[in-house]
Amino acid sequence: MTDDPRLNPQGSEEMDVHTGHREVDPVTGYDTTGHDWNGIRELNTPFPKIAIWALALTFLYSVIAWVLLPAWPVGQDYTRGLLGLDQGEMAVERYQAISLDRDKWLARFETEDFATLQADDTLMLPAMVAADRLYQDNCAACHGGDGGGGPNFPVLNDDHWLWGGDPAAIAETLHVGINSLNDDTRFAQMPAFDYLERGERIALTDYVIALPHGTADPSAAGATLFADNCSACHAEDGGGGMMNGAPSLTDDAVIYGQDRASVNQTLRAGRQGVMPAWTGRLTDAEINLLALYVSGLPQRALEGQK
Amino acid sequence: MLRLHYNLEKMSMGLVVGIIVAASIGGIVEIAPLFTIDETVEIPDDMRPHTPLELAGREIYIREGCYACHSQMVRSLADELDRYGPYSLAAESAYDHPMLWGSKRTGPDLARLGEKYSDDWHSQHLIDPRSVVPASIMPAYPWLTRALDTELLSDQLATLAQLGVPYGPEMVEAAVADAIGQSQPDSDAGDAVRERYGEDVAVRAFDGNPSQLTEMDAVVAYLQSLGTLTDAAYDLLTGGTQ
Repeated sequence: MTDDPRLNPQGSEEMDVHTGHREVDPVTGYDTTGHDWNGIRELNTPFPKIAIWALALTFLYSVIAWVLLPAWPVGQDYTRGLLGLDQGEMAVERYQAISLDRDKWLARFETEDFATLQADDTLMLPAMVAADRLYQDNCAACHGGDGGGGPNFPVLNDDHWLWGGDPAAIAETLHVGINSLNDDTRFAQMPAFDYLERGERIALTDYVIALPHGTADPSAAGATLFADNCSACHAEDGGGGMMNGAPSLTDDAVIYGQDRASVNQTLRAGRQGVMPAWTGRLTDAEINLLALYVSGLPQRALEGQK
Repeated sequence: MLRLHYNLEKMSMGLVVGIIVAASIGGIVEIAPLFTIDETVEIPDDMRPHTPLELAGREIYIREGCYACHSQMVRSLADELDRYGPYSLAAESAYDHPMLWGSKRTGPDLARLGEKYSDDWHSQHLIDPRSVVPASIMPAYPWLTRALDTELLSDQLATLAQLGVPYGPEMVEAAVADAIGQSQPDSDAGDAVRERYGEDVAVRAFDGNPSQLTEMDAVVAYLQSLGTLTDAAYDLLTGGTQ
């Protein structure tokens, strides 16, 4: 007995025991379901063979998969499968293969000095493309996609550097960060001068906002306050350059702005900008690559303007 | 076999029993492994639970629906390892109830975000995303500068402790004090947080203002803690296998 009603010819008198029905459709040869919806009857066609085969194949595959791949939990372990595949290991291996492949050119950035690297155009041209990706992924969030800086984040595509703008200095900043969690972090703190009288802060502000324009009055009260409180870090003339993270106040390139409101806020609350340390997150070679890229940002910006 | 099914279809109760049996098998296969999850997920020795402030930030993260666009799980794929770092381990979210792995990434994965950017950046970015990432489509959350509600914090720690997160009675007791302390560097309360939760816990004025505890403090503290609760995942890339 098969499932195809056509292959089970029975006398038209014989009734199905369950439906009590047997009415063979003359066109298809199939029985009907026995239901009657206002004269409409439905053919009782068998389940499609292709679906049955597909179902059987999925069962077959599941058995094969159980044998070959990690599958069943067994207590605190699981069946490993004959192929011994482990997605985590595979990902790490593949990642290591990618890294190895990249090291064909990237490894040179770990060992060779910056001048040699910079002189090699065949290395630098493709390397700077990779460096741009790295920069966009890690640095652009604060410093802007073109190094143009952000709100209270330093501009990288100009010639004002607090900790040095040559590749070696930039690499060091990348390694240890500024005010970061790294043990060797560069440390720079603009203290809050909230203990000064309000009038003193205003006088100081007057002096500081005039510095970039060369109109600061050396005999004003602000000048004395500046000499007493600020010159230790910002240099006597306010020109900075002492490699302590304190900016020059004469070039109008202060990160937080040198207008009255910003200077006032800086004096009242202080500033402690943070640059995270990238050791650990990036490799030494990647840091050197980025250092070269960042040191070239001012040049890029100039070329972009032309 | 098919004949059996054909006949079963005509007996409604029999079919119902059959459906229940089939569906139960599907359910058991997924649920049964969870019965032994306490033994199968190994908690690394250096794993710490979230501090009360981070926990409050997590609640805000959930409240604002951050999980709808950001996953917190680096998948075990080479490209993801290259971009984000080591893939996420089950143990890393063992203390999360519920976990926030997610699968939809309108924004980037956040599992390894901790200490990647500065606190200032996070505040700025949450208040006005376009000011730091011009192409961003993330909504702005300027209201996070309001004061943090710490009323339920102790109860929340107590609840999690019942679920197996290692919060001791003194941690539950001091939850509110710890939340405030973590946002006040160089204070006794801040030192107490470090004493209870470990030296690596960041004690900072996350929103730049130590005198007021805001939702921004909580969210930034939480974001800066992502991926920093244990170093176990980093051993994957340097040492080899799990």
